[in-house]
Amino acid sequence: MTSRVTAERHAPLRQQLCKILPAFLALAALFAAWEVYVRLSGISPTTLPSPSLVLSQTWQYRQALFDNALPTLRATLSGFALSLAAAFVLSILVDFFKPLRRALFPIFIISQTLPLVAIAPLIVLWFGFGLLPKILLVALVTFFPMLVALAEGYAATDREIERLLQTMGASRWMRFRLARLPSALPYFFAGLRISITYAVVGAIFAEYAGAAKGLGIYILNAKNNFRPDLVLAAVFVSSVLTLLLFGATLLIQRLVMPWAEKPPEGGQ
Amino acid sequence: MTIPRLTLDHIACRYGDLDVLEDISLTVQPGEFVSILGPSGAGKSTIFSLLTDTVKPASGTMAFDGEPLGKRQNPFAFMPQRDALMPWRKIIDNVTLGLEVQGIKRREAREQVGALIDEFGLAGFENNYPSALSGGMRQRAALLRTVVQQRKMLLLDEPFSALDALTRTRMQTWLETMWLKHRWTAMLVTHDVREAVYLSDRIYVLSPRPAKIVRTFDIPLSRPRGRDAVSRAAATEIENAILETLFDPTGGTLP
Ligand SMILES: Nc1ncnc2c1ncn2[C@@H]1O[C@H](COP(=O)(O)OP(=O)(O)OP(=O)(O)O)[C@@H](O)[C@H]1O
Ligand SMILES: [Mg+2]
Repeated sequence: MTSRVTAERHAPLRQQLCKILPAFLALAALFAAWEVYVRLSGISPTTLPSPSLVLSQTWQYRQALFDNALPTLRATLSGFALSLAAAFVLSILVDFFKPLRRALFPIFIISQTLPLVAIAPLIVLWFGFGLLPKILLVALVTFFPMLVALAEGYAATDREIERLLQTMGASRWMRFRLARLPSALPYFFAGLRISITYAVVGAIFAEYAGAAKGLGIYILNAKNNFRPDLVLAAVFVSSVLTLLLFGATLLIQRLVMPWAEKPPEGGQ
Repeated sequence: MTIPRLTLDHIACRYGDLDVLEDISLTVQPGEFVSILGPSGAGKSTIFSLLTDTVKPASGTMAFDGEPLGKRQNPFAFMPQRDALMPWRKIIDNVTLGLEVQGIKRREAREQVGALIDEFGLAGFENNYPSALSGGMRQRAALLRTVVQQRKMLLLDEPFSALDALTRTRMQTWLETMWLKHRWTAMLVTHDVREAVYLSDRIYVLSPRPAKIVRTFDIPLSRPRGRDAVSRAAATEIENAILETLFDPTGGTLP
């Protein structure tokens, strides 16, 4: 029994590896083509550096990149935490008071249409060069997908389960806690994954608009010094950061939703 | 005669413009197993919605133990048509759900159901999630979740309709055994004639929507009800009479 269970747990992992293999191959092919093009065309590295150069520069400037990645990561995580808390609280309010949803959602939708290039400098202008504007910008870009995911998740609750709780005498809050909230978890994690990919970009945008340290300001300086290799090195670091955060959400989902580890076989 | 456990008196019910129940009167005595048999969409589940106060009747009265059925008392443990197990809760936690809602501590609730887990054939599966269980086991878990609430009456909405024929027959036999042991007062909704005859003391047959009770059958067969040839012959006779009523609801019952 035990060995069967572990085998079942490992099988999806192997399957997942097989699933991401094509993506890896495609990525490798892309970089190979880029490398070959740079070498054959003799294009100047100040215009288009080769991937190998970017990698070696990343290694050479690892200390500076690391020092600048830390503030970005801090801004990302703080902003994300704020946005998560806000989305969660608001989703509950909106679920309990439907008119609130009609009042607030248009505003949130409009907030998602604002161009970041315009908003980022303004937020820096209003809130200075510290951590706060970065947090706000990250929250701005990550908040809405999570809120929508939660609201949709609540609405997707099995009506029969809610009715059952009602016949058991459960209060509204109990029904929310026992049925609606757990039902929303898969939706929530889907929203979380979308949000997390925006989060690092949001932080970098804010830093780009003004910061003492961070990948955003590092990219700005590198660009001004005509060092596209360092720009790309920072981009590389930010991609790795995003991928790590993405992986973390998958891990957390597995921990929080152990029942979803193995999809039911057959039926339903 | 004792005070009936449950009485419905000329109940009518509608959803907006849709007349669902036209005239339902029935009684259930303490310790009785009563079935409501009717075609699909007749309004069988609606009767349970009325009892559990999720829908209001248009007219008529309902009484439980002689008192009008009001908001204060909650005498029913309800088993919905689909098992409605929560996929995110282990079987043991699904089973104790009703107790948890009543405010009983998780550990205490688990202790309370511990003995019954075995009886319901769920031993060894307490810590599995519902997705790992067969249809029959899920149904037993849903039934256990219903009975552990210690309510005065069970409402079972087509508990076995989603099961294959063999499992369904097994579950019916098992349910009768359990009922003989515990003597729950129970109302079963079904559209399976054989199931109703096998399990019930009395059967109310509904007409198609808008539903009224077209006939009442008392089932005088001795218990436990076997599936041998002699018992089957006696049951078949009643089943045929019920089928006739179902196919021709007006035949011979009008004055
Ligand atoms: N909440 C509701 N709002 C509007 N109409 C409803 C509602 N619930 C049920 N109905 C309608 O009322 C009628 C009776 O429904 P009900 O679920 O009571 O039937 P049933 O006898 O239990 O059917 P089945 O055997 O298919 O379970 C159906 O036509 C159904 O579409
Ligand atoms: Mg029904």
